[in-house]
Amino acid sequence: MKIEGRQIVCKSLIREGCNTIFGIPGGAILPLYQSLPEFPELRHILTRHEQGASHAADAYARVTGKAGVAFATSGPGATNLVTGIATAQMDSVPMVVITGQVSAKVLGSDAFQEVDITGITLPITKHNFLVMDATEISRVIKEAFFIATTGRPGPVLVDITRNAFLQECDYDADPQIDLPGYSKRSSFEVSSLIHEASDLINSSKRPVILAGHGISISGAHKELIDLAEKAQIPVITTLLGISCFPEDHALWAGWPGMHGLAHSSLAIDESDLIIALGMRFDDRITGDTTRFATNAKKIHVEIDPSEINKNVTVEVPIIGDVKQVLSVLNDLIEDKTHNDWLSRIAKLEEDHPSLTIPKSSKLLGREVVKKLSDITKGEAIIVTGVGQHQMWAAQHYRFKKPNTFLSSGGSGTMGYEVPAALGAQVGKPDALVWSIAGDGGFQMTLSELATIVENKLPVKIAILNNGFLGMVRQWQEVVFKGAYVATEYSGNPDFVLLAEAYGIKGIRVTSKDQIEDAIKEANAHPGPVLVDFVTEKEENVYPMIPSGQSVNEMIEEPIIEYVP
Amino acid sequence: MTESRVTTHHTITALVEDKPGVLNRIVSMFRRRNYNIASLAVGHSEMPGMSRMTFVVECDFSILHLVTNNLDKLVEVIEVDNISENNSISRELALVKVKFSNDSAKDELMRLVSHIDNTKILSISKNEIILEIIDNEDRIESSVDLLFYNRGPSNVRIEIKEPNKVKVSNDDFYELVEIMRTGVVAMDYELDAKFNKEINN
Repeated sequence: MKIEGRQIVCKSLIREGCNTIFGIPGGAILPLYQSLPEFPELRHILTRHEQGASHAADAYARVTGKAGVAFATSGPGATNLVTGIATAQMDSVPMVVITGQVSAKVLGSDAFQEVDITGITLPITKHNFLVMDATEISRVIKEAFFIATTGRPGPVLVDITRNAFLQECDYDADPQIDLPGYSKRSSFEVSSLIHEASDLINSSKRPVILAGHGISISGAHKELIDLAEKAQIPVITTLLGISCFPEDHALWAGWPGMHGLAHSSLAIDESDLIIALGMRFDDRITGDTTRFATNAKKIHVEIDPSEINKNVTVEVPIIGDVKQVLSVLNDLIEDKTHNDWLSRIAKLEEDHPSLTIPKSSKLLGREVVKKLSDITKGEAIIVTGVGQHQMWAAQHYRFKKPNTFLSSGGSGTMGYEVPAALGAQVGKPDALVWSIAGDGGFQMTLSELATIVENKLPVKIAILNNGFLGMVRQWQEVVFKGAYVATEYSGNPDFVLLAEAYGIKGIRVTSKDQIEDAIKEANAHPGPVLVDFVTEKEENVYPMIPSGQSVNEMIEEPIIEYVP
Repeated sequence: MTESRVTTHHTITALVEDKPGVLNRIVSMFRRRNYNIASLAVGHSEMPGMSRMTFVVECDFSILHLVTNNLDKLVEVIEVDNISENNSISRELALVKVKFSNDSAKDELMRLVSHIDNTKILSISKNEIILEIIDNEDRIESSVDLLFYNRGPSNVRIEIKEPNKVKVSNDDFYELVEIMRTGVVAMDYELDAKFNKEINN
């Protein structure tokens, strides 16, 4: 029986396990939208901006482990997705994005709402497809999901011309993938390198594990704990690795880098072995690579061969899925203790405290995060934007459960916080989702408040409102001698009134003694809540390793009294 | 031409799917990662639907494996090989258009060409000759140098202002007006390979 291309899209999505789509309709993709009522298995969440759809799909993927799916129409609909696609690409998040395209017969004629979205997204997708014939749709969607979710995950865009949605053909329910150049590379081949790795681990005196996003992606949480406990190795995570290892564990040793915890960066500097698992030695971690961890040999377990020796040269590279690698490696590791080394790290933490909140009568952003962490017992899903509030969230929230810290780590996308929180809540309807936002990033995508209301999502939003693009202001203070250029937000709206305009409960907090009550009130409220924390304007994030520097140039918090 | 010889050249071949946009994906990756392509040649392979590409890349060894891994990572790239200079043959074809002022300049050019193994004349017309040079990259450049730039001790002069013009006598000259090159293709051989005497590998 012949069916139309648009029906094939829906059937193929359902076949690949999709049940949720974030998107906005428009001319070129309209035929597909008109088919959605036929397929009640597919829940469509109508966002207010395509960027919101892409971030929501990204967060949905991060909390569920399934590929997030977003729809947009041609032209501006497609280009509005770009920031979200780039964000997912940088953080290895599986997404399948379907865009409508003008009809094949006018392709290339600069038709209304035509844009070369496969060209535009070529460097920011894992792969993309242009489909002009309905007979290809079933296979291409299967390939798109396969590519997005296997190996090192990433976003895949499928651009489908309008005529293909309406063309009739047979539906192939079980198409054969035809990707001769794509190996998913998740099967890891045991070689002598694994013995080199275990020898290094067994003989090291001051080892650290540097655990990245790959732990969460491959679901290697248990293997990581096993490795750490067996040889008593401290676990430092990357920013995106946060929540992959329980932060109440005795072996948890923080996260390092530009605004990471001081003792974590110092421990890496003093270590004799770094066991890097599913991470990519990002510049925010290494700073000046020539001065990064110069005393340490490095084992790098990574699924993407192009990450090996990209930023940092390593002694033992092991290509493979980190869960599979650890399941072999852990058997070769001897039971050990590193008491001296663990005491040394404890001493470093004592001498270089990063989490002390200064005594102050003022409302400090980090104190909000600390209270939120205490009240939610570290069990909420925390979604952040980018900037000071993001760093405080990473520093002061003590994460206990995997996949509970959602943040744009690689791309540093402000505006992620609201749409990603809604996507996370859709993916985990029963979880407590808190978006920790800055007043800058919040205003980039606040239109998704309407989507939150429309879908009755009980998302809680904490705006750490300092009236500044706070991190940029901090750089201006530290690097540019206090010359504040274009960083003050003097025209902020009344965020409580704004929330109420959307039908969202709004709470304003202006003094520190109101923090706890506000958080508790928000948690107790069944629907969405926005809390406007009017915080100290010029609070800084410490420690700070200026860009391109090393741990030797780390600036720790000066003794500042935040007195009124 | 001379500057590029200072950097290390590496030859990489790739078997790729012959699909629209595949070349775009590949060159986009090179540009995005800031890798420098010195030469690129593409053509059909022995398999339908597959093309082979040869890249000459300017980089040091530490970057070379990143180039090959990033190439291999592209979905439509099936196989990537790093061709060692020691056991491979590489060839490129250059078409060279030369104008001449009169018959004596033409005769001088033809006389020279007859002494250069890798160079032959494809066409002659009233004012121009088209030459074909097939060889490896370096020897193509040597032949061009020999014909136009580096004639050794002789009465032939090159005007600084017109570096492509070669004076044969006071008023007679021939002039290089255009070079078109295919880019290098390369293939490795087994270690016991013997070579045709005519061929410089």
